[in-house]
Amino acid sequence: MPSRRINIVKNLDWVTIGIYLILVIMGWFSIYGAVYNFEEAPFWDISFRYGKQLVWIGCAIVIGVVLLMLDSRLYNVLSYAFYFAMLFLLLLTIFVAPEIKGSRSWLVLGPVSIQPAEFAKTATCLALAKFMSESGYTFSRMRQWALSICIFLMPMVLIILQKETGSALVYFCLLLVLYREGMNGIVLFLGFLLVVIFIVSIRFGAVCVIPELPEESYGLLIVMIITLIVQCGFLLVFLHDKKSVLIILGTSAFAFLLGYIVYRAFGYPVPFTYIGYALIAFSLAFCVIMRIKERLRGYLLIGLFGVACIGFSGMADKAFDSLMPHQQTRIKVTLGMENDPKKAGYNVNQSMIAIGSGGLTGKGFLNGTQTKLKYVPEQDTDFIFCTVGEEHGFIGATLVLGLFLFLLIRLIMMAERQRSLFSRIYGYCVASIFFFHLFVNIGMVVGLTPVIGIPLPFFSYGGSSLWGFTILLFIFLRLDASRMEYFGQ
Amino acid sequence: MTNDIYANRRFVIAALMLSVVFIYIARLVNLQLIDQTYQNKADSNAYLRKVQFPARGIIRDRNNKVLVFNKLSYDVMVVPREMSGFDTTEFCRSVNISKKEFLNKVKEMRNRVGYSRYTPQLLIAQLDAHDHGVLQEKGFLYPGMYLQKRTLREYNYPNAALLLGSIGEVGRATLKADTIDHFYVPGDYAGQNGVELTYEKDLRGEKGEEIFLRDAHGRIQGKLEDGLYDKESKPGKDLQLSIDIDLQAYGERLMQNKVGSIAAIDPSTGEILALVSSPTYDPSLLVGRKRSENYDILVNDPLKPLFDRPMMACYPPGSTFKTVNALVLQQEKIISTWTAFPCSEGYHVGSFKVGCHAHFSPLNLIQSIQHSCNAYYCAGFRNMMDNRKYKNISNAFEVWKNHVVSLGFGYKLGADVPNEKRGYIPNSGVYDKIYGENRWKSLMIVSNSIGQGEILATPLQIANLAATIANRGYYIVPHLVKHIEGREIDSCYLQKKVSTIDSIYFEPVVEGMDLVMKNGTGWGARIDSIEVCGKTGTAQNPHGEDHSLFMAFAPKKDPKIAICVVVENSGFGATWAAPIATLMMEKYLKGYIPKRRLYLEERMLNANLLPK
Repeated sequence: MPSRRINIVKNLDWVTIGIYLILVIMGWFSIYGAVYNFEEAPFWDISFRYGKQLVWIGCAIVIGVVLLMLDSRLYNVLSYAFYFAMLFLLLLTIFVAPEIKGSRSWLVLGPVSIQPAEFAKTATCLALAKFMSESGYTFSRMRQWALSICIFLMPMVLIILQKETGSALVYFCLLLVLYREGMNGIVLFLGFLLVVIFIVSIRFGAVCVIPELPEESYGLLIVMIITLIVQCGFLLVFLHDKKSVLIILGTSAFAFLLGYIVYRAFGYPVPFTYIGYALIAFSLAFCVIMRIKERLRGYLLIGLFGVACIGFSGMADKAFDSLMPHQQTRIKVTLGMENDPKKAGYNVNQSMIAIGSGGLTGKGFLNGTQTKLKYVPEQDTDFIFCTVGEEHGFIGATLVLGLFLFLLIRLIMMAERQRSLFSRIYGYCVASIFFFHLFVNIGMVVGLTPVIGIPLPFFSYGGSSLWGFTILLFIFLRLDASRMEYFGQ
Repeated sequence: MTNDIYANRRFVIAALMLSVVFIYIARLVNLQLIDQTYQNKADSNAYLRKVQFPARGIIRDRNNKVLVFNKLSYDVMVVPREMSGFDTTEFCRSVNISKKEFLNKVKEMRNRVGYSRYTPQLLIAQLDAHDHGVLQEKGFLYPGMYLQKRTLREYNYPNAALLLGSIGEVGRATLKADTIDHFYVPGDYAGQNGVELTYEKDLRGEKGEEIFLRDAHGRIQGKLEDGLYDKESKPGKDLQLSIDIDLQAYGERLMQNKVGSIAAIDPSTGEILALVSSPTYDPSLLVGRKRSENYDILVNDPLKPLFDRPMMACYPPGSTFKTVNALVLQQEKIISTWTAFPCSEGYHVGSFKVGCHAHFSPLNLIQSIQHSCNAYYCAGFRNMMDNRKYKNISNAFEVWKNHVVSLGFGYKLGADVPNEKRGYIPNSGVYDKIYGENRWKSLMIVSNSIGQGEILATPLQIANLAATIANRGYYIVPHLVKHIEGREIDSCYLQKKVSTIDSIYFEPVVEGMDLVMKNGTGWGARIDSIEVCGKTGTAQNPHGEDHSLFMAFAPKKDPKIAICVVVENSGFGATWAAPIATLMMEKYLKGYIPKRRLYLEERMLNANLLPK
């Protein structure tokens, strides 16, 4: 059918393909710079990683072309089959994969090793898009909402069982897709609040409020204050109840101020967290009374929310303790609680030195001393952005960030122009996954997020991740090229 | 898509992405553009600066004989990480240390600042060429060992130790003072005394630097920009001294088993020909690994071989100082050539007496020098002190003192050897302090006239006096440097210092000193065919036997050498100091000692005048 093929070529989003190629080529040069080791080996020498990456890139382009040539309806039809096949593969991997660096995530097939988790993302996105685009799907039905969350929770659990926590966390970004499709924004807000409470509890959990009472945790006190403020926010936004807000806030402010004055003026060791407990209890009681008086279920929920927050704060410590020791230190390093550039903080410290020494214009291609002398471990994979930062400076690093931002915005625009719900949801999935990788990877390289070993799309060395991202992107490009064939559902 | 009520949420999602990217760009602005510490950290990570030590300048004598040169020495460096299989037993045998010493060295190495298991660390410093050869031959037994070149001093002659000086590790004070060119780092070597210290800046050369790239494991991965920023080391400048090493060695032989000094100067140039301090030591004792051990031995030697006697020992100049008074009294018109004073085996005023030996009386100026008459100078000196033209004795003494200072006494001459002492010439204020203002009389200070009393002078100052008399009125600051590669020597070593005494007044003194040798106290030490002018002296020593002093120059016309010899605790000047001085002069002027005087040489060489 020659006419259809011409149609595809005409409708393909060449801008995105252009960005893809630019990023892949820049990525290859970065890997060459990171691996380059004074020996003069030709760039195609496949005994070096840059030579191998060249092979992976070639394969990726072939994969991309093949994906574009397939019928776009195929992806919709086969999505569940693909999804369950991937789940099976992930499960299989747990049992047959050899242990490499503490995780069992690589399937070894003779000379080739592949990481199924990189491909599971695509399968999950397709399945989620398929499920959510089916007629009659609505967020107001709890069962459907829970099922869609299950779609990405299942691969997540399997990947966690492979001990690849970093790759598993990626799936959380699909909440953004759910949000776009109508999930209550409160879910995202609560998720955000959980992270904040977790960080505050860990960071200030060991800081005491006043020296006289060492067991009084500052972290808990801050969580209590945040909780009270959020409760008032909810009262205001959802129930428009200004009077209750004034009562709760006023009581709280008065109680804390009184405690502070007593402590300052009389030196009496005031147990501030007990005041906090009392205030949370007060707001719960207040809400219960309001529930009875006003007959609005919202009051009870807001009151219970306060108790839940305090409970979660208490659990945060235990949750943190249940993490692996290296994960704990990574979080502590990011929170500035541990500063040991020789041990736990070595990676991030060296990474920041490499980037920081790049200056405005960088030291030039292959001239980065930190890169060339291998000061940053894992520099060709997870820490590849250092190479860009050191050798091409602020200009190069900003250019790469700008290209990624452009790609993300472009993907959102493309998703929004889809006529099929399936394509749009899948488009958002692609954008969210790229965003999460960018957020975590660059964040850890510049020292803003904990070290979580996930690759920077198209830059980090590795066939599986490059192919995984290529497949993810090109399926969407194929769907986008056929967007005119659908007329809504 | 119709009735999509959530369409606006795309903006929320896009805004989230946008803000994350902007936060990261802001972070990059801080890391890369504002905070400069990362640049420095990166440099100290990656660059290993390796110093190349320059070869130190070579030191020659006035006849271009090499005195001091460099020999290679080797520091044993080890890379601790690569030391598995190191044959410790064999190593200890090769470098002659016990296993315990070896373990101590390893411990020392581990505790040093900047220790790394990945880079070469100093294990043993300064191996000589022999040990180095043995080690290198069996290098395969010592994995991780490297031998790093360094230069050490080597001496062709076992002489002139103190004037040459030695090199040693720079002290804290030197490091602290090194604020201008920041040349030294702890562990560097620098001249510690002698000309090695005076001409340190010429001799040391310029350090070179190689910048290597060091990887995360401390391994070297080549040079920065293939050596573009490397700096070659520049060898130090060569130094030619005015010393005649043969004369120096001869002087040290003559002074063996004696305590004392010889200072010999070329009067026409101020160049020091020999500077003997006895007892002395072989300079090569203070080189290399044995330095500190030998240094302790020398420091604790009761005869103080490290005390630079010609520069630092201060003696009463005794009768040699009569020449100074002869000059000053003439210049002040107190006496003239034909002025005569009586002497009755001494100078008597009431019960006060300065003794003198038996000679005819009265005698004139020339004769007074020839016979070294104490009474003559007591009388002359008192005549000056009590002369009305100065109004009072304080003024008279100040005039006297200024003349003496102009002849090189009382202050450092400014020779290019560190630690020179200034001797001592009192001023009138000193006597005001001792006796009270206007309460001292000429008789109280009359011993100054014969070089006793408060006056002190170094052998170099007395030799310089001989040179001044030889030059009939001026001297050039005595110095050891003759030529420095690539620059002029200091101008102060080229200028004449003219004394306040007119040239005509020197002739009678010269004549007197000539007669000393022909028909006076120095007759026994005369040299055939060379007219020597000399003056004996005996410095009274309250602690033991008197010091024997002699100063001289020769030939009388067109003098080539001026000399001062001090032999401590040896009695009268003519016995030991005079023969040693004339032997030195003869050796220098003729190059040999004639048969007639060999017995004298023999006697000097064999004499043992060390305190028992």
